[in-house]
Amino acid sequence: MTVELGHIALIVALCLACIQAVVPMVGSFSGYTNWMRVGHSMAVGQFVFVALSFACLTAAFIQDDFSVAYVANNSNTLLPLQFKISAVWGAHEGSLLLWALILSGWSTAVALCSGKLPLILSARVLSVLGAISVGFALFLLLTSNPFERMLPIPPLEGGDLNPLLQDFGLIVHPPMLYMGYVGFSVPFAFAIAALIGGQFDSAWARWSRPWINVAWVFLTIGISLGSWWAYYELGWGGWWFWDPVENASFMPWLAGTALMHSISATEKRGVFRSWTLLLAILTFSLSLLGTFLVRSGVLTSVHAFASDPERGVFILMFLGIVVGGSLLLFALRGPTMRSATTYSGWSRETMLLINNVFLVSSMAIILIGTLYPLLADVLDMGKISVGPPYFNIFFVPLMSGLMICLGFAGFTRWKNTEGRALLHKGVFPSIVSLVMAVALPMFMVDKLSWSNYSLTAVVTLLLVLWVVTMSLEDLWLKSRGKLSSLSGLSGSYWGMLVAHIGLAVCALGVGLSTAYDAQKDLRMVPGDKTELGGYQFQFVGVERVEGPNFIAYRGNIEVKSSGELIVRLSPEKRNYISDGQVMTEADIDGQLHRDLYVSLGEPLGNQAWAIRFQVKPFVRCIWLGGLLIGLGGLLAALDKRYRRRRLRKGVDESSGGLVFE
Amino acid sequence: MNNLRKQRLEVVLLIIVAGALASGLIIYMLGQNANYFYTPSQIARGEAPEGVFLRAGGMVVEGSLVRDMDSLALEFKVTDGSSVLVVQHTGILPDLFGEGEAAIAAGKVDQNLVLQATEVLAKHDENYMPPEVAESMSEAYLDKRKTAAGIQ
Repeated sequence: MTVELGHIALIVALCLACIQAVVPMVGSFSGYTNWMRVGHSMAVGQFVFVALSFACLTAAFIQDDFSVAYVANNSNTLLPLQFKISAVWGAHEGSLLLWALILSGWSTAVALCSGKLPLILSARVLSVLGAISVGFALFLLLTSNPFERMLPIPPLEGGDLNPLLQDFGLIVHPPMLYMGYVGFSVPFAFAIAALIGGQFDSAWARWSRPWINVAWVFLTIGISLGSWWAYYELGWGGWWFWDPVENASFMPWLAGTALMHSISATEKRGVFRSWTLLLAILTFSLSLLGTFLVRSGVLTSVHAFASDPERGVFILMFLGIVVGGSLLLFALRGPTMRSATTYSGWSRETMLLINNVFLVSSMAIILIGTLYPLLADVLDMGKISVGPPYFNIFFVPLMSGLMICLGFAGFTRWKNTEGRALLHKGVFPSIVSLVMAVALPMFMVDKLSWSNYSLTAVVTLLLVLWVVTMSLEDLWLKSRGKLSSLSGLSGSYWGMLVAHIGLAVCALGVGLSTAYDAQKDLRMVPGDKTELGGYQFQFVGVERVEGPNFIAYRGNIEVKSSGELIVRLSPEKRNYISDGQVMTEADIDGQLHRDLYVSLGEPLGNQAWAIRFQVKPFVRCIWLGGLLIGLGGLLAALDKRYRRRRLRKGVDESSGGLVFE
Repeated sequence: MNNLRKQRLEVVLLIIVAGALASGLIIYMLGQNANYFYTPSQIARGEAPEGVFLRAGGMVVEGSLVRDMDSLALEFKVTDGSSVLVVQHTGILPDLFGEGEAAIAAGKVDQNLVLQATEVLAKHDENYMPPEVAESMSEAYLDKRKTAAGIQ
């Protein structure tokens, strides 16, 4: 019964979404204030019903209701409770329902926080959000219904959740990522509303800015979590593979980062107006593309379309309407929005423009590399996969260029900055970072020689130290060397500083773990020893252990450094009972400056095992950097001026309906 | 031409030149790093270029996995139903690698038409078959599997 209730709740949500999409929009054109207000209550109502529907599906999972096909395919009576709950979004149908839930959540947030917005604008924003909801609810109900029953004979036992997904990282990662993806629907809706109204000024930018920041924070954390999950759960120590699925989440991030920077110029100086609009559309389109392509399996093969043509056609139509429609609207209205002011020289506007060029080019490179195999397949050019070297060869130089320019971020001023003054500020940091970048790699290795002096490390350290020293010099100058004046700096400024240093920390992890990574795959029998990266590893043996829904072989490995035992690692090879799936559970000893990573390969007979040993210096900095970047975004979003300005704006706007008409 | 127009022309030219350079480089790098997929039959017929990094795959032949006793070197055979390809690899096999299951190997084909693989990939979950492999399976092989399943 709960299942049918969930199904009906979803249908009701669809009806509410239809009203939310149509009525406020019509009202905004014909001037019916009551019609315009409808969107707000519909958004809240829709959220309640989608949440009810989601709760029903969760209940079906908790009660092991295997008469529901989706539950039977993705859960099992032996599955621990927390994984039964996270299994709700473990596959296609449920993750789309989560998407719909988060979308209605964001819509509700907009409806509740829009008190200070002009009614006509908030009505249109909610109407656009409602239209997206309609698309998703239809997609769910028509092609991917999670509530479908397997009647008359339901299976007695479920197929179990993929063991790779039975992990804390996968409980949090998808919701975080989706909060980010879906969050970008809000600036998108703002952009469409602005285009419809033909009103695109700094007020627009100021309203959508906090939303962009918050969505971006979620996406940043989501991507970091995903990379962290891949690192410890896939079992072999990789943290980024340029896999289509990863690229799909990274592209909206790059576009969103560009948007975040360009909108600051739009808000403060009224420049890049149409560009910012285009970025808002682009970011959300890429989020949609990411969700659909990953979840429908199209990225691995166009034949996923053939196997399920209904879904494929729906996805193409939906993407076509959203992307094509918004671009058409942009083409009709965008060019009329001229920048109000000018800028010149090495002004902050110029630097933000350069930032956008770097970020958007990186995004384009990744987009081409991700979609090229798909295109080749459609054109019958053979089955192709694009290797990581393609991505690295473009991405690394682009990001390096970005980091060089980023050093100047704090020093530039709006309108115009003298180039010579900027260079002057860069003299001291560049000397410091150059000297340290050349010197530090000498201390990273035991016996220095030309062969182990890493150029990768030099370049990494140079870029990282450059960003950090420049940021700190800026902080020093802004606070005039007094601690007391630090509190006077704005939240946005702290956000920028923390995020930029976070990027440097992340780059440090990427560069140094690449430069000094050490890895060995060995055949070992109990008692065997090996040496790697200054550590001695001894294989003691393997024992059999039982988990809640798996049986495992647990290895025992002692790690010593200069004769002293530092840690015992116990990597596992798990065999999941329900479907016999095998999984490698690596064991990691993590410290800030290095990770010791051991994974158990296969049994080779005669007590011998294949074992992979890895020492990964500074690899943790990658995710620490990701967290710092997210924290920076949060600080910027919490900046006092958004609240203060909104209050003041609210007073203006009480009589401002006419201004907007 | 007045100054403003000249300036604009310069900017436009710059954008065109930069755009052309960038797209040329992208196309070149895509060509360099695109790894094509070959079936065992194609490799047996000598269609795969020697010494070029590529991917190949099929079903792992039952009983074909042989390991070296002192190192991690190993060898196995994959088939698409009509031809058999020998794959040699040194390292750890993925968790879901199994005889009678689908696998993809990436590496270079040597003069004996043996694939020297640097990487072996298996499917991500139980029910999944890599689309390349699914498509390369000959009708005959799929029929054989169906009858085998029927007898069981």
